Amino acid sequence: MKARVFVTLKPGVLDPQGKAIHHALEGLGFAGVNDVRAGKLIELDLADGTDDGAIEEMCRKLLANTVIENFRIERLENA
Amino acid sequence: MKSAVIVFPGSNCDRDLAVALEQVTGRKPDMVWHRDTALPDRVDFVGLPGGFSYGDYLRSGAMAARSPIMRAVVDAAERGVPVIGVCNGFQVLTEAGLLPGALMRNAGLNFVCRPVALTVENSQSLFTAAYRSGEEIRVPVAHHDGNFQADETTLDRIEGEGRVAFRYAESVNGSARGIAGILNDAGNVLGMMPHPERAIEPAHGSSDGRRLFEGLLEAVA
Repeated sequence: MKARVFVTLKPGVLDPQGKAIHHALEGLGFAGVNDVRAGKLIELDLADGTDDGAIEEMCRKLLANTVIENFRIERLENA
Repeated sequence: MKSAVIVFPGSNCDRDLAVALEQVTGRKPDMVWHRDTALPDRVDFVGLPGGFSYGDYLRSGAMAARSPIMRAVVDAAERGVPVIGVCNGFQVLTEAGLLPGALMRNAGLNFVCRPVALTVENSQSLFTAAYRSGEEIRVPVAHHDGNFQADETTLDRIEGEGRVAFRYAESVNGSARGIAGILNDAGNVLGMMPHPERAIEPAHGSSDGRRLFEGLLEAVA
């Protein structure tokens, strides 16, 4: 089975990379972009039966820095 | 004073730190590889050097903080052994949970590499006893992820407890409250983005970093 982990900066944490992307989009002439936040997508290929708790522990221990980041796990059962 | 410098794949200031320690203490530090699981016996001081451990993969310092030697470093820190993390070493200490907060991409997005002015905020610590409180010193920085951030409660707490060791005296990287270096609650762990080991003799352009190691030597010896 596969799982996707989305790691995003917590609301309120300054995101200099998101700001730079925002400026670049404006520079390309895209109007109406209110804000940009950049994050990470991590795809895990896991042994069948790996439980949610184990994936959550991976996120807390390594994949996300919970001081500044949130994470969301998406399981892809048939992948 | 018996010191150890931890070497991660991608460390590049390990030699600078070793030379500074040897010059000040008169004894070559033990270089300890990240895969080792123990520090040398009766080590008096541990240094985590600058660089780009593990290529800054995932987050700066994230992989190094989970490497085998770090368990021994955390144990030593908890026993009261002085530990300093410079630049990438500071990032590793926050990722390892030995220091609060996180070091994010510089607010200006550029890699900043130049001597900067720092204010010594706390001259009572193991590492800063050879400075005067409020003194301005010049020490180089060289980093991309030096923007120190923590929530307001944490910032208020570390300020209130005198745990801000150094503050930038000029605009550098967008760090919350201009924080350049912080101490843990016991005062034996210091993390700082500027490189004191690159300012230890007049040929470096400044020898203001030397007193950090001299003060530490006096405190430990």
